Amino acid sequence: MAAPLRVKRQLLVSPWLFAAPGLLITGAFVLYPFASTLANSFTDRRTLLPGHFVGLANFRELLHDDMFWTGLRNSFLYILGVVPALVVLPLLLALLVRKNIPGITFFRSAFYTPVVASIVVVGLIWVWLLDERGLVNSLLESVGIGRIGFLSDQWLLLLSAMAVTVWKGLGYYMIIYLAALANVPRELHEAAAVDGAGPVRRFLSVTVPAVRSTMVLVAALSSVAAFKVFSEVYLMAGPNGGPAGEDTTLVMLVQRTGTGLTGRVGYASALSVVVFVVTVALMLLVLRADRREER
Amino acid sequence: MSVLEKVRPERPATAAAREPRVTDEHGRRVRTGELVWRYLLLLAVLALTVGPFLWQLSTSLKGPTEDIYGSPPRFLPAHPTLHNYTRVADTIPVWDYALNSLKVAAANVVTNCVGSALAGYALARLRYRGRRVTTLVFVLAMLVPVEGIVIAQFTTMRELGLNNTLIGVVLPGAIGAMNVLLMRNAFRNLPYEIEEAAYVDGANVWQRFLRVALPSVKGTVAVVAIFAFMGAWDDFLWPLIVLSDPSKFTLTIGLDYLHGTFANDERLVAAGTVIAVAPLITLFACLQRYFFRGVGEGAVKG
Repeated sequence: MAAPLRVKRQLLVSPWLFAAPGLLITGAFVLYPFASTLANSFTDRRTLLPGHFVGLANFRELLHDDMFWTGLRNSFLYILGVVPALVVLPLLLALLVRKNIPGITFFRSAFYTPVVASIVVVGLIWVWLLDERGLVNSLLESVGIGRIGFLSDQWLLLLSAMAVTVWKGLGYYMIIYLAALANVPRELHEAAAVDGAGPVRRFLSVTVPAVRSTMVLVAALSSVAAFKVFSEVYLMAGPNGGPAGEDTTLVMLVQRTGTGLTGRVGYASALSVVVFVVTVALMLLVLRADRREER
Repeated sequence: MSVLEKVRPERPATAAAREPRVTDEHGRRVRTGELVWRYLLLLAVLALTVGPFLWQLSTSLKGPTEDIYGSPPRFLPAHPTLHNYTRVADTIPVWDYALNSLKVAAANVVTNCVGSALAGYALARLRYRGRRVTTLVFVLAMLVPVEGIVIAQFTTMRELGLNNTLIGVVLPGAIGAMNVLLMRNAFRNLPYEIEEAAYVDGANVWQRFLRVALPSVKGTVAVVAIFAFMGAWDDFLWPLIVLSDPSKFTLTIGLDYLHGTFANDERLVAAGTVIAVAPLITLFACLQRYFFRGVGEGAVKG
């Protein structure tokens, strides 16, 4: 690119004026909280008490906190449940809406609607649909299967929450895949068809390799998002994650521990540090897997 | 840049008018058999994605005497009524909550558009010591997961005395790092020549920014505006943490409160969710293009 405009002394001040609001907000509400999260994780600070340095006490406490392990387990299970579905299903959906047949723009938009809605709206819609007396159970009963307690069993509830996450994310990743599919050369498909490859074979040996880097991107985005799940489970299982907290996720635990007037800021910060570490590790892991496959 | 333009190149209108047959994006004919199963699948997915919203709408329109639990279910209300909507307003101050959400969303749009355009312009076009560091600050900020810092954001707000205020709800996301970088890229993609011409004509940096550069990136500003609105309107975790006084609630927190208190009154909760989601679906229906464009641009950065 050409060299930036040659500018005079007056510009020594104005670049900083331009950047100042953004830097101020980012510094005060992202970077400073990030640093203070790290610092607080070594203290016993509470919402109303300043707290003292306690070394690694919070982290030692984590190791013996059953609720922490429950939260960590559920957040990891969430990745396992959600990510494969969000890598594959939106790709199939993108293939379905790719051809410009009449009315297709309507379908594309309609499939995107759950993305636009607030997670609270989505959560409450599904709480009612999956209710003991809700629509899904009415339908199941009328076809003779009988009613299922989707929201009363610990594991069924977690599975239902995962299904809701997938349902809400389908349209978003579908659009990402559509953009990627537009760049797949048509000739590849035709050559494969001439060679006698069926639709499934063509999907596996032409489409998938062509959008592989997009699949990695979707895996990275969705696994980080899945690990940080909060709202779906909060709404479906309640603020405490079920009667004994058995459906608590890690971020729910952070929220429950650190907020309110009695919040244990120090301990919640230690939990937050775990959230950071796992998030960064997940991103590195996915990117590394990508690079290794490329070789 | 634009996802949809690549995805669906316009079919030549004349060809479509001349021949009634259905063709794909390469002008090839789609066979009738294939067309049938495609539409069947599309309708099935439509029922799955939009059906739940319609069921919620239907539930909200059913009167107190109508059975909402029956099996087989009744999809249409026998006697549609707005009774549940007036009941929501009697139960919680839902219109105040909607106004709070609107204030928060509008403020978020203004601060994000102005703040990220200014910072993005500095990063893309102005030469100064510390430009690399500033860019790095925004890149790092974009990578920090919000869920990991909400507790510290909450204590920061308390220190500033802004907890339990709508300003406190807006501030942390007021100028998103991601939006700054989006604007930076938009400015960088503009040709230098126009601004150079303006510079030669004696325009100072503010004039070049306002009159030359900014009008050329309107599309990206629109994307930032829409995602800022949607993000603020839909947000749940942060307002839940920072707001404790029910009179200050936004719609999402108000809905959670309604659900928590009247969980067994499905018609009431349904009416509340319809109130919360209707404005956004309307906005989406009007401005779809920008919603899709934002996904493409966000994903590249994300």
